[in-house]
Amino acid sequence: MDCKRNRDMKSPPPFPDEVLERILSFITSRKDRSAVSLVSKDWYNAERWTRTSIFIGNCYSVSPQIVIRRFPKIKSVTIKGKPRFSDFNLVPPNWGADIQAWLFAFASAYPFLEELRLKRMTVSDESLEFLSLKFSNFKALSLLSCDGFSTDGLAFIASNSKNLIELDIQENAIDDFSGNWLCCFPENFTSLEILNFANLNSDVNFDALERLVSRCRSLRVLKVNKNIQLGQLQRLLVKAPQLTEIGTGSFLQELNLQQYAELACAFNHFKNLHTLSGLWEVTSVYLPVLYPACTNLTFLNLSTAVLQSDELAKVLGHCPRLQRLWVLDTVGDAGLQSVGSSCPLLEELRVFPADPYSQDIFHGVTESGFLAVSRGCRRLHYVLYFCRQMTNAAVATIVQNCPDFTHFRLCIMNPHQPDYLTDKPMDEAFGAIVKTCTKLQRLAVSGLLTDMTFEYIAKYAKNLETLSVAFAGSSDWGMQCVLDGCPKLRKLEIRDCPFGNAALLSGMERYESMRSLWMSACNLTMNGCRLLAQEMPRLNVEVIKEDESEDCVAEKVYVYRSVAGPRSDAPSFVLTL
Amino acid sequence: MENMSIYKGELNLKDTELRLGLPGTDESEKEAVIGVRNNKRSLSVTSEESRNEGGSDKGHGDSEAVPATKAQIVGWPPIRSYRKNSFQPKNNESEASGMYVKVSMDGAPYLRKIDLKVYIGYPELLKALENMFKLTIGKIRDNPQFYIVVMSMKMGILIILYTTDFSGEYSEREGYKGSEYEPAYEDKDGDWMLVGDVPWEMFVSSCKRLRIMKGSEGKGLGCAI
Repeated sequence: MDCKRNRDMKSPPPFPDEVLERILSFITSRKDRSAVSLVSKDWYNAERWTRTSIFIGNCYSVSPQIVIRRFPKIKSVTIKGKPRFSDFNLVPPNWGADIQAWLFAFASAYPFLEELRLKRMTVSDESLEFLSLKFSNFKALSLLSCDGFSTDGLAFIASNSKNLIELDIQENAIDDFSGNWLCCFPENFTSLEILNFANLNSDVNFDALERLVSRCRSLRVLKVNKNIQLGQLQRLLVKAPQLTEIGTGSFLQELNLQQYAELACAFNHFKNLHTLSGLWEVTSVYLPVLYPACTNLTFLNLSTAVLQSDELAKVLGHCPRLQRLWVLDTVGDAGLQSVGSSCPLLEELRVFPADPYSQDIFHGVTESGFLAVSRGCRRLHYVLYFCRQMTNAAVATIVQNCPDFTHFRLCIMNPHQPDYLTDKPMDEAFGAIVKTCTKLQRLAVSGLLTDMTFEYIAKYAKNLETLSVAFAGSSDWGMQCVLDGCPKLRKLEIRDCPFGNAALLSGMERYESMRSLWMSACNLTMNGCRLLAQEMPRLNVEVIKEDESEDCVAEKVYVYRSVAGPRSDAPSFVLTL
Repeated sequence: MENMSIYKGELNLKDTELRLGLPGTDESEKEAVIGVRNNKRSLSVTSEESRNEGGSDKGHGDSEAVPATKAQIVGWPPIRSYRKNSFQPKNNESEASGMYVKVSMDGAPYLRKIDLKVYIGYPELLKALENMFKLTIGKIRDNPQFYIVVMSMKMGILIILYTTDFSGEYSEREGYKGSEYEPAYEDKDGDWMLVGDVPWEMFVSSCKRLRIMKGSEGKGLGCAI
């Protein structure tokens, strides 16, 4: 851009709008696009006319009308709805985040909409039917952690969306009546590339599935549910050798020698497989069939496979290029040792608890497993770790080994648990993390924590964007520190902490630059929340009032910025102050 | 910040602020304060030891509304529901009064649930399934019935002992031969078995779910390997 010409505001633009639009159409990152739109009115207009993909991080922060007015040419929409803690049953049902109003608006404004990706939204069967009928060019549907629909809704999509490329149904709380929806894909339908129904429970008609897989020659992602047996899986794999991501069904069925050989042969063809998941009810005798397919594997999701340490070790020996690994804690520290020794390229590790409600500390993984991984996997930057014991020293060593953490989510499963060796709070652990990991974007804390932890976070975690806090802190000071000291903080979610009105109000000026704040089971009162609402009119301050709590207590508070004003669809238990 | 002074004057937040400890206690204690006053959702640290020892925490002082089995905090640990259901052994179903299993039938749009404990044997179960889904499955051999006709030994009449075989259409060798539908069940190991092969008690304890298959598909189950 020629700066000299720009300084003279009255001169005509250096090149036609079309050229600017053409240039801007190459910019895909939404942060870049936001920056572009702020340069000048011309650029704002050029940007809005060329944006094809929109991301709405909080469905109530903006209205469909505002979106449509600004962006006329959207083909792809991503929307997130409920607060994240709704995944853990902290948000009552029928809270909201219904997609229907959006779809209604999109039907007239974006009739050629191609993609819809929803997270924590409520989607009814009627909405799915509407989607399938009103958008003739619809190509990709991804539903993650949504609720409100049933397999009947999926049947509409299968029947009517003639150009469907992607159907990704993950981890939703839905009514699973039957697997008949899969039969609804017409016989001449061949465009599917991604099919994920791994978390649905009912049987699908296998013949229909087999025919579907055979005729969709571009299918590259296939994740089936646990009702698909090994023998059936083999038949599917043989029909789709071009797959790059496979989610197996149950890995349990008794196979005779010939069937075993056929299965091994089927997997042997998948040299380009990069993602593998499923493996429900896996038994070690069948694991070897996978080995030839693991050479180029970058993501291995074993979080639904109950494996022991030696079994994991054997599998990992065949996965030299692994970058992401999800496992159950049944593999134990010994299993994690093998992670450290076999996966030098590992960047992400998630360890889930197989038995989260057991009090027995002899189950699962400890600090030594994590240490072992950190020694062998120096590129590790994303971790989600559920454990029953941890020490400050171990965490300090871990971050010394892996200073590049961007996401550190540690869940010591017993609330308020101190360092089990020293009996001290875990403050120093999190202090070490924020001091060493300057790129840290996301942090989840746990264990016995005082305000010291939050002082550390405020002082060092300057790139922190998301913070999750539970059963931690000593006083308002902790929360005040964080609100004051973390300039890039966008999402703050807190539960069961001794933070009160003073802490809430100290962040008044901050919340407009954040996406949202959630506080539940803290020390907030209705008066404190009302004051916040009064002072900050562009924030929505919502209190979820369930019957049990006393009138002046604000048990669950959700604060978020919005240009759409207060919700018009709030149920009776959501009070907008 | 002027806002701070305004609210401090008008509201006197300290009075409305809820916290543990006696009035006049220093706010900034270093010790972690467990910041929940309604104990329905949270448990105090001290309760953990007794929880470990006792294994149950009924009537434990600190917690008012603690569930009977384990003291579980709502939404903790933070894992999504679909993960929780994958691995929990389904103890609750058999321990509770009633052993409910799902019953699916090929072609039916939705599943049913029945309580296995209600039936005393295979004939009753099959009859119930037939009624529920409006079909016929065939009969199955119950425990052999012994009819002992004993007439007075004095009179020297022989003792007649015979069994009444209710096998009907089910036989060990050929399963539900001739029947349009065949009941199968998924056992603890995850295998699909033909209903009727094992003694009733063993079946009830190992059955996880039932499936009524159309005759042709079930052929494999009836054949001995």
